Amino acid sequence: MKSSVIKLLKRFAVVALLAPALAMASEGVHLDKAPVSNKQENLQHGAQLFVNYCLNCHGASAVRYNKLQEIGLSEQLITDNLLFTSEKIGDLMTVALTREDAEAWFGTVPPDLSLIARAKASESGTGADYLYTYLRSFYRDPARPTGWNNKIFANVGMPHALWDLQGVQTAREVTDEHGKNSIELVPPAKAGKLSAAEYDQSVADLVSFLVWIGEPVADQRKTIGYFVLIFLAGLYVLTHALGKNLWKDVTDPKKQP
Amino acid sequence: MSDQKMDSGRRNLILATSAAGGVAAVATAVPFVASLTPSERAKAAGAPVVADISKLAPGEKMVVKWRGKPVWIVRRTPEMLASLGKVADKLSDPGSEKSDQPAYTKNAARAIKDEFLVLVGICTHLGCSPSDKIKTGGEEGMAADWQGGFLCPCHGSQFDLAGRVFKAMPAPTNLEIPPHTYLSDSSILIGEDSKDA
Amino acid sequence: MAANSNYEKYKSNGTLLGGVLEWTDARFPLTSMWKAHLSEYYAPKNFNFWYFFGSLALLVLVIQVVTGIFLVMNYKPDGTLNAYGLPTAFASVEYIMREVSGGWLIRYLHSTGASAFFIVVYLHMFRGILYGSYRKPRELVWIFGVLIFLCLMAEAFMGYLLPWGQMSYWGAQVIINLFTAIPFVGPDLSLLIRGDYVVSDATLNRFFAFHVIAVPLVLIGLVVGHVLALHEVGSNNPDGVEIKKYKNEKGVPLDGIAFHPYYTIAHDLPAAVIFLFFFSAVVFFAPEGGGYFLEYNNFLPADSMKTPPHIAPVWYFTPFYSMLRAMVWNFFWIEAKLWGVVAMGGGVMILAFLPWLDRSPAKSIRYRGPIFKTLLTIFVIGFLILGYLGTKVPGYYFFGYTPAVGADNEIVFSPLNYLLSGDLIAQLFTVYYFLFFLTMPYWSKIDKCKPVPERVTFK
Repeated sequence: MKSSVIKLLKRFAVVALLAPALAMASEGVHLDKAPVSNKQENLQHGAQLFVNYCLNCHGASAVRYNKLQEIGLSEQLITDNLLFTSEKIGDLMTVALTREDAEAWFGTVPPDLSLIARAKASESGTGADYLYTYLRSFYRDPARPTGWNNKIFANVGMPHALWDLQGVQTAREVTDEHGKNSIELVPPAKAGKLSAAEYDQSVADLVSFLVWIGEPVADQRKTIGYFVLIFLAGLYVLTHALGKNLWKDVTDPKKQP
Repeated sequence: MSDQKMDSGRRNLILATSAAGGVAAVATAVPFVASLTPSERAKAAGAPVVADISKLAPGEKMVVKWRGKPVWIVRRTPEMLASLGKVADKLSDPGSEKSDQPAYTKNAARAIKDEFLVLVGICTHLGCSPSDKIKTGGEEGMAADWQGGFLCPCHGSQFDLAGRVFKAMPAPTNLEIPPHTYLSDSSILIGEDSKDA
Repeated sequence: MAANSNYEKYKSNGTLLGGVLEWTDARFPLTSMWKAHLSEYYAPKNFNFWYFFGSLALLVLVIQVVTGIFLVMNYKPDGTLNAYGLPTAFASVEYIMREVSGGWLIRYLHSTGASAFFIVVYLHMFRGILYGSYRKPRELVWIFGVLIFLCLMAEAFMGYLLPWGQMSYWGAQVIINLFTAIPFVGPDLSLLIRGDYVVSDATLNRFFAFHVIAVPLVLIGLVVGHVLALHEVGSNNPDGVEIKKYKNEKGVPLDGIAFHPYYTIAHDLPAAVIFLFFFSAVVFFAPEGGGYFLEYNNFLPADSMKTPPHIAPVWYFTPFYSMLRAMVWNFFWIEAKLWGVVAMGGGVMILAFLPWLDRSPAKSIRYRGPIFKTLLTIFVIGFLILGYLGTKVPGYYFFGYTPAVGADNEIVFSPLNYLLSGDLIAQLFTVYYFLFFLTMPYWSKIDKCKPVPERVTFK
């Protein structure tokens, strides 16, 4: 098994009694607009973050490593930097963690992330908006077994995997003029490895990558689409002209029975 | 319609529309036909495989799987190599002129290094996998003057120890040799030609 | 479709192709079928755009069959988990989307085709109501049509289970549980449909069998019946007059034109291209259809332990789903759940009786009176609102309205609380839907119709 997985699992062994946090984000929650990019540099950075921070627990089992060549990574680069020694470039991005172990350690199975950006879309915003907001809404909550909670996903099962980048965000309860309580995030007292702006950009890149793996063919699909529509427009002109020409028979009084 | 004299405008329109429709039909067929080709999964599974030959004893055969097919690696003894010359006049394609193999194995021993024979273990007749008849003589049910080789169980084609087919056998050509290259003295990469070849 | 001796057999013009045709025609009703259904099938010359949707439905059927065949080559109806912890069926859909060359296009064509099928068929049915196409002598054409609609619903419902996502799973769970409302046999019946205590691998496999073999066979048979019955009696038209009344010496209706090429090429072909333009626009630029064609939650694999917060059927079922939910009263000693099922099923089946409910002297809306026009307008608006409400959670209020509540937190009686309540509006339009049909024999007879012309109007 990958050594980083073991390290991670040790960290979570303490929180083995984790409650299955299945609460869904409540309807009408406000989501920040995700600055999704399809530029290769952003996607590559996102891929790097994904492999380092997500792929320990979450698989992307519909994606092969060699697919990452489409975002400009060379075969050599993927083999050297993203693959573990036992893996081949044609392998799927899976986790070594078994379902049974995950269930035992986390109380829930970390979902596969291949389609997460498509699945999390709702009336409140796109899946990217959800993920962008979610990954920036973790706060320290000593009452939780993991020590973390999330503003838009109350009692979340996942700890804040990116905390060393963001620093420790906290929260306080505020009461508005209607007497309604809500949670307000307090930025970290001491920034993590990244400044607030850098952290947002990193999350944006990670989300862009998740959007990309959600449907890697999306850009190509649209490109083909333009050709198809232009062709059909031309075909319409032809068929319409032919139709009008034929229809002359129907309107021509000389050809009537 | 056919009774009436067709005006030339209509004729041209019918031709143009039919041509455009034909283009549309062909373009539409592309994704459907493409979907029949090997998928990414099949390609990944068919990626080159590394065979470790360090433990292969002289006179022994090992099998590795490449693209779902058995690939044989036979470590031939000097006697086995000597047998190749003895049977040459009984073969249907001794020089492997009509057979499938990379250029770098189109030689007397059909190998990069004479000692190691690498073959796709699929009969060129109808795709069965021939059985080993490596021992000489009648010991394995072959003729008394058998020099060692392979026998296809389906339709009886016989091959020598370089995978060459004997005369008057159903198989049309010698057994195929896959592209391969030596990564080191003890390992062969099957499915890919040498990078500098 | 049988050989028709009225048609002369094909005579070869001496070419090879001519010879083959002559040989075949002597042994097979080639000429007679071609003439009877295409080149000498006379359709009224006053068709308008409403008459596109029949042939478009046929086009979508072909798209669905062809894409369906290619999807089956790579889809696996298997609800068990694969090595990576995902259901095999769910993973096989993503396999098609990513790993099979061109697979994404074939899948999007099929998923978009399902929605397109219903759009086209709803418009086709509405055309029938507009121009009285179900009236004598076309009752059987209409009944075949209603059966096709039923088959299509079954086909769509079972097909929707196959991706094995959360909406697939829970949608099937809810709809199959409807059957439990049927007295005495209900619970056993739903068990029989599922083949398990919950929707499971067994259900997936049988739905797959029905979706790819059984229902399509019936569907195609019904389509053939629909067309044959139509060609037996001849097409209706926007004036709702019979063109067979006036024929020339050769027996050709004076207001008829050959279906081929005047309708096939001149009328329907450009329409098909326009349709394909919009269809492609969805397939290539918005295959999720804003979450209506492919629901977001269906990108999560089916999980029998976790229901998504909001289950709504796909949009084309929502008008009838609203009727189901609207029934909340127990009356006549029958519980509301059964009334809901009756409303849903009845909502479709009542269409079959339309030929006998309508007593109007005029067929077409062009010559029908104000009562029909008014009631039909409300009917259409109501049907659309029912469809809209079916996508919303129960307890929905229009325009984001929050109902006024009293001190005890109970919703108070206030006009706005009533007017903006989705539940109440759904109940209102459900009742209206049925009253529209059930009272039709009365109001259709007393409506003031305009005189119907003898011949079709044609500019």
